[in-house]
Amino acid sequence: MSKDIGVDPRNKAGGIAGDQHEFVSITVAEQLFGIPVLQVQDVLGPQRITRIPLAPPEVAGSLNLRGRIVTAIDLRTRLRLPPLPEGQNGMSVVVDHGGELYSVMVDAVGEVLSLDTGMAERNPATLDPIWREVSGGIYRLDKTLLIVLDVARVLDFSGRAEAA
Amino acid sequence: MDDLLSEFLTETNESLAVLDQELVKLEQNPNDPGLLGNIFRIVHTIKGTCGFLGLPRLEAVAHASENVLGKFRDGEQKVTPHAVSLILASLDQIKLLLGQLERDEAEPAGDDSELIARLNALAAGEGAPAAAAPAPAAPKAEAKPEPKPEPKLEPKPAAPVLATPIVEEPAAAPAPAPEAAKPAPTPAPKAAKEPKEPKEAKEAKEPRSEAAAEAKESAVAAQSIRVNVDLLENLMTMVSELVLTRNQLMQILRSHKDSEFGAPLQRLSHVTTELQEGVMKTRMQPIGNAWAKLPRIVRDLSHELRKRIDLQMHGAETELDRQVLEMIKDPLTHMVRNSADHGIEMPSDRAAAGKPDTGTITLNAYHEGGHIIIEIADDGRGLDIDKIKQKAIATGLASESDLAAMSEQQIQQFIFKAGFSTAAKVTSVSGRGVGMDVVRTNIEKIGGTVEMKSQRGKGSTFVIKIPLTLAIVSALIVECASERFAIPQISVIELVRAAANSENTVEWLNNAPVLRLRDRLLPLVSLQELLRLGKRTEAPGETFIVVTQVGTYTFGIIVDRVFDTEEIVVKPVAPILRDISMFSGNTILGDGSVIMILDPNGIAAGTGEITVSENAKRAADAAGKTGIRSDLTSLLLFRAGNGAPKAVPLALIARLEEIEATQIEYSHEKPVVQYRGKLMPLVTIDPNYQMGKEGRQPILVFADKEHTMGLVVDEIVDIVEDQLKIEVAVDRPGLIGSAIIAGKATDLIDAGFYLTQAYNDWFGSRSDGEFDREKGKRVLLVDDSPFFRNLLTPLLSVAGYEVTTVESADRALSLCEAGQDFDVIISDIEMPGMDGFEFASTVKSTTRWQNTPLVALSSHATPRDLDRGRAAGFSDYVAKFDRDALLHTLAEAVNVERGAA
Repeated sequence: MSKDIGVDPRNKAGGIAGDQHEFVSITVAEQLFGIPVLQVQDVLGPQRITRIPLAPPEVAGSLNLRGRIVTAIDLRTRLRLPPLPEGQNGMSVVVDHGGELYSVMVDAVGEVLSLDTGMAERNPATLDPIWREVSGGIYRLDKTLLIVLDVARVLDFSGRAEAA
Repeated sequence: MDDLLSEFLTETNESLAVLDQELVKLEQNPNDPGLLGNIFRIVHTIKGTCGFLGLPRLEAVAHASENVLGKFRDGEQKVTPHAVSLILASLDQIKLLLGQLERDEAEPAGDDSELIARLNALAAGEGAPAAAAPAPAAPKAEAKPEPKPEPKLEPKPAAPVLATPIVEEPAAAPAPAPEAAKPAPTPAPKAAKEPKEPKEAKEAKEPRSEAAAEAKESAVAAQSIRVNVDLLENLMTMVSELVLTRNQLMQILRSHKDSEFGAPLQRLSHVTTELQEGVMKTRMQPIGNAWAKLPRIVRDLSHELRKRIDLQMHGAETELDRQVLEMIKDPLTHMVRNSADHGIEMPSDRAAAGKPDTGTITLNAYHEGGHIIIEIADDGRGLDIDKIKQKAIATGLASESDLAAMSEQQIQQFIFKAGFSTAAKVTSVSGRGVGMDVVRTNIEKIGGTVEMKSQRGKGSTFVIKIPLTLAIVSALIVECASERFAIPQISVIELVRAAANSENTVEWLNNAPVLRLRDRLLPLVSLQELLRLGKRTEAPGETFIVVTQVGTYTFGIIVDRVFDTEEIVVKPVAPILRDISMFSGNTILGDGSVIMILDPNGIAAGTGEITVSENAKRAADAAGKTGIRSDLTSLLLFRAGNGAPKAVPLALIARLEEIEATQIEYSHEKPVVQYRGKLMPLVTIDPNYQMGKEGRQPILVFADKEHTMGLVVDEIVDIVEDQLKIEVAVDRPGLIGSAIIAGKATDLIDAGFYLTQAYNDWFGSRSDGEFDREKGKRVLLVDDSPFFRNLLTPLLSVAGYEVTTVESADRALSLCEAGQDFDVIISDIEMPGMDGFEFASTVKSTTRWQNTPLVALSSHATPRDLDRGRAAGFSDYVAKFDRDALLHTLAEAVNVERGAA
């Protein structure tokens, strides 16, 4: 798990101008995020989730994805956002990290975007630390900004997981 | 080749491969205790096996490496690249020897003394970085020509079993065979194909040096197809998944009657079952395989130890999973070895105890409800509780008061702790304290349990309970706060339904739920509270209690509902959840939902019960803390009269009492109180202090045999653990000095002074009683701290000793020169100038006092200090403030001396 941590996230997003990178776009609380498409295994609708007592609050529980146990992470909790309003069903993006599957619960999943690395920006210094923690850089889109989600960091709840 | 030897070669080659990697890792993380422990154990195992197979050369090299590793493990030596190279060199030497052993079926002659000397030098702390050249002994051994043309034949190493009969003919051929065979893979087919062609045979024989260089590649390992356990494990997992999917399909089918899928699904079900059985079978082996080498080991051991031991084995055909078998093999060997070494007595002792002079070790294996039970029983002397107690105190695992509160069975459990060996000396057989803790760890690793029953003089019985297979376990599904959990069936003893109106009701002791179960009080844990599943809103009509056993600790888990048992496939939890100790894994049930598997060990630990496995952790913590804790003293803080708060070492106080002021009476104008049927004099700190006429009066009771004394105080403030550093010495009677305690200037009172206040004859009255015989014995107390001198002087005087105190070792030695004599000397360890160890060795080696018993007094009581103290010449080691232990030790030391005189 720690392998990804040392790497400058911008490298993952591509450092050389003119390269194209593909992201699965997701939204959480109106904000557009992107997960590198190669990391994404699956996109799921609402699932039956088993709660895990004593787990960190970011862990929503675990679910059965075709015989594999997948740990569900609530991205809203991770970003210190209020939970999704009642009655609104979120979606999940299943990512592979270190051979384990994690299902990142988000508000909605959009299309796959192919983005030019020329549009990439570093994280602005003013970005909230919690957000900056999970952000692997920003892409300037025409109408909005996309935050590249660094999955390794999303799963590292303030270093606890790494320490374990 | 003999099975035992071939197995040893395969195993050792595997271990060596692991060691190579681990050592390199160790070089990178020299401070990883887990890594070190693992390396140490592997080398220990190699050494042990070599010893039993009668391979002295290998054993000697392994023993020397183990010594160095032991120093690393105990932190006495630093892990340096040089040291690691030296150990790697010794491993290379072991490999080389193994290669020759494999070829000749006998340990080659030769001499490793140079390598061993270097290892020993390293162990002794003399690093010789320049001499890091690879094992110089190796070429020596190789260079040795082989003059005798071996009567059998050489290409054997390739495939010993196969090749032997075929090549017998060329063996007769002249081939002078001064060299050995080629590396493993190539000659095998050649030798097999054209065995009668002497030329080929010759060709196969390359110069020995090459064979030696390639000796690492074990031919024995190559001859059989060894399937990676992971591969089998994978296969098993896939089959398990298939079984679960089949179960799911069958469940769906049940709700759709007359489905066209019915017939094919039935077929699928059958095939799956057969496949499962087949895969299981590939992994099943009779437990006798693990036992095969035991008779030999016991035989050799009985010769070595000159004992008569009969090994009986029942149920050798009982089958169990290969992986489980591998895991229990070493523990079993170890336990049998232990039984033979420690359990069975010498024939003469047995005869004296009225037992047949041949001791019996019985192994018994059988199936019981999805588990394998293995019993290892001996009819030897049983565990020596006193020895275990002593050792537990000495190693700091428990205090005397802890032990007093423990049942015999609990005390016996100490033998499962790391570093715990009651063997008096470290031999190559046992006694290094690598042992029962490894046994327990290995067994628990596979979800098993080990229990021990021992009766002094009758023998010990170990009962190992392990699951048949690791892949699929049977688990009880329970529900709590609408969540379902699985509890491994192996830990569950029984289920109890508890309801308000039934015969079983949950009762409460303060906030702790308990259950009366057949005349025993069972502690209960609420799963709901343990897992913080929210508060229970209403008292439920009925609950269920899952009676669970972890080691010897039995407790009940309160759950809302109990479903049935289900076969589950244990899957590890995601890495981010690994630190939750309550779960051992998770799984998918037949209905497709994910469920967490509870870990009874974690729950037991979570309830605060000191189970043995958890104790190891605590002991480790404690060991880590001793450095800090050593200087701490428990002090009782109180107020009395004016001025600063006062303190007295808690160890001196017998009880804290509160008496009614009206109960205070006066006798000869001195205040007394009736206390436990006797008159107890009351003493005030300040002679002019006026006691209250009403209300309650707190007193500190000092007791010593029939005398009790009450020290009147205003208020008992607190009990603190703090460093005792006397800042200002005071010359007032009754006070030792002032110290900063809990951040405040505090007066330390001299309890001895008040004792004499209460009884003028306190010291003189001791003509009778337990310590009578010690009366008049002269004690020399060497301690640099005035506090301890002042504290111990009255204590020892009370016990009837004549006490002389000096503040340094030098002063003590000058007393010696001055011609004074003492019956026993008590010395502090940490002293400025000459320390206790140095003092002891000086006394023991050069002075007239060499026959005087020496008792060390120290706040450091780690096993190493103990050993060091013994080595320096101390006859005993007592922790500061443990006054009972001190008195006993003194009495003992004096008696021993008297006995010897």
